[in-house]
Amino acid sequence: MVNRAAISQLAQKISGKVSYPVRIMEVCGTHTMNIARFGIKQLLPPGIKLISGPGCPVCVTEESDIDLIQELARIAGVTVFTFGDLYRIPGSEGSLEKLNGEGADVRITVSPLEAVHYAEQNPAREVVFIAIGFETTAPVAAVMIDLVRKKGIKNFSVLSFHKRIPPVLMELVREDSNYIDGFLLPGHVSTVIGTDEYQPLAKIWSKPGVVTGFEPEDILQGIYAILEQISEKSCRIEIQYKRGVNKEGVPLAREYMSNYFEFCDASWRGLGVISESGLAIRKKFRDFDGFYRFSLGNRIIKRAPITTCSCGEILRGVKVPCECLLFGSVCKPDNPVGPCMVSSEGSCAASYNYPSRYEDPSIMKG
Amino acid sequence: MTQQLVEELFIKYFHNPILDSQLDSAMLSLKAGRWAMTTDSFVVKPVFFPGGDIGKLSVCGTINDLAVMGAAPLYLTCSFIIEEGFDIGDLEIIVQSMNSTARKDGLTIVAGDTKVVERGYCDGVYITTTGLGIVPNWINYSPSAMQVEDRVIITAPPGAHGLSVFAARNNLGVDPPPQSDCASLFSLIEPLNSLEVRCMRDPTRGGLAAVLNELAVKGKKGIKIDESLIPIDSTVAYLMELLGLEPYQLANEGAAVIIVSKKDAERALEILRGHPLGRKASIIGKITAEIPGQVLMVTYLGTERIMQMPSGVIIPRIC
Ligand code: SF4
Repeated sequence: MVNRAAISQLAQKISGKVSYPVRIMEVCGTHTMNIARFGIKQLLPPGIKLISGPGCPVCVTEESDIDLIQELARIAGVTVFTFGDLYRIPGSEGSLEKLNGEGADVRITVSPLEAVHYAEQNPAREVVFIAIGFETTAPVAAVMIDLVRKKGIKNFSVLSFHKRIPPVLMELVREDSNYIDGFLLPGHVSTVIGTDEYQPLAKIWSKPGVVTGFEPEDILQGIYAILEQISEKSCRIEIQYKRGVNKEGVPLAREYMSNYFEFCDASWRGLGVISESGLAIRKKFRDFDGFYRFSLGNRIIKRAPITTCSCGEILRGVKVPCECLLFGSVCKPDNPVGPCMVSSEGSCAASYNYPSRYEDPSIMKG
Repeated sequence: MTQQLVEELFIKYFHNPILDSQLDSAMLSLKAGRWAMTTDSFVVKPVFFPGGDIGKLSVCGTINDLAVMGAAPLYLTCSFIIEEGFDIGDLEIIVQSMNSTARKDGLTIVAGDTKVVERGYCDGVYITTTGLGIVPNWINYSPSAMQVEDRVIITAPPGAHGLSVFAARNNLGVDPPPQSDCASLFSLIEPLNSLEVRCMRDPTRGGLAAVLNELAVKGKKGIKIDESLIPIDSTVAYLMELLGLEPYQLANEGAAVIIVSKKDAERALEILRGHPLGRKASIIGKITAEIPGQVLMVTYLGTERIMQMPSGVIIPRIC
């Protein structure tokens, strides 16, 4: 249980550290959600601005990728397994949910292994698992491919939209090196990859980075650690979330990942194509690669967004959800216009589900 | 499966003088007074879930709708829509569980109907129940009776039923699987009818968050609750954390939210905690004049946030 006394002490320490405006990006969607849910911004002095980062896997998925998944799902004999939130994101021709009503076979799962079992039991179906997520879920997909190979299952493949967190952070500072003063780095991703890949943030761009846990106390400690680095004028990558992360990450998980995946360019919603920021299945395992197997062509299709959703600007931290015209009126969790409202970790959903009466005045009208 | 087979099942389990007479309508001799009547349809997937089944749920749901109005449930009718090919053994278990649930509270099932529909026209079995109960003449529960400083009580940790069904539907593979709290509330809340209770609700669809918002709107008052006073079930809390969800949006089928005067709140709590279903009952907040129509929650950290009306979709996070 949360210790209120410790929390208010921490909040005071933080207030004592800030004498000028500081912009901190919380990279991970779970951070965004917990910051909203626990009203953490109310504990911070006005000088600190928290900006939601690109760490919500569904939110950064391109509209054209959703279209690609739909193209796949329309192929006769194909059964698609996906996570629940992906199912509901509108593509340019509606969501996967809608496709199901039109005779496609799209299934929601919380466990990728379910897809493997289904493939085993239904050899006449082509089973495709839609793999989205970051370095947290990529090893799971690698293990699945490994399992399928060893079992000799021939009707299973993975459509990988996996993305890597470090390159996108580098891209954000490269675009505007003054915009963000420090990063609350994601706990789960770092559990797998460790901290090496973040080093350029501190070494080249002089940005403090603190790998932070998800409890309110963790988040406040992470913020405090960033402020300390700023005031000491020494930037480094630090681990606050020591109970979950060490410098090396989990070698076995990284090994699986690098055995089956290689870096590729990937397109992020709102951010564009970022080189080497994606994970594609290695050529020698391309029998298990949905892109190859179904000739889905180029994985990067550039197309202007057709919706008026502001997710892209929100992902870059340029807008906050309540500044989107659709927020709370047209766009709500039960009728999402953009992915940031679909995923429970998206900034828009977090603002909608956990409103505070101090911020986001627009929701009161909704 | 034939209609006749199903009807035989009804007679076998539900039998009582009124049903046995097999007339086109049940004939009831009711005494003068105020009667409460409610009807509800139940579609739940899976039909059998840890802690109950659609039969028990359909009887408890209707009993609870009556009980929270202060009514003593007396009569029930039920109507089944059954998909052709539904297992007759399963149906028997469902009928049995309806029967034992009803009898426990002295409820008589006076009429029943079934329709068997073609495969694909319904999903297994749907049950509609209608209940009739008598309300003591001094009782007039309504959100408009709420007054500033009244206390808000919840009788059990939120979310147990919703999580149980969610886990079963999504093959969460948790062992042991989370149990539904599906239960009749009549014996738990009936003793409160002598206190200054303003109104009660059972937080089914949309959970605690939906019920509190509804009360705030209908009663035109604000509700302020303290998160740290909300009872928690450790299994529910653990899984919710994992899924990135909060239990306040998930249904209970064996809990009530009770608005009671400040004066009688402690007494009510004492009575509730003396009942097996109310051991974890807790006063979680109060009615305020601030923020009419809204629910304000003081979080674990002492910060404040609006508790939003749930949107109806429950989606776990990915990583
Ligand atoms: S509120 Fe909806 S439409 Fe607006 S940015 Fe968020 S998800 Fe997109």
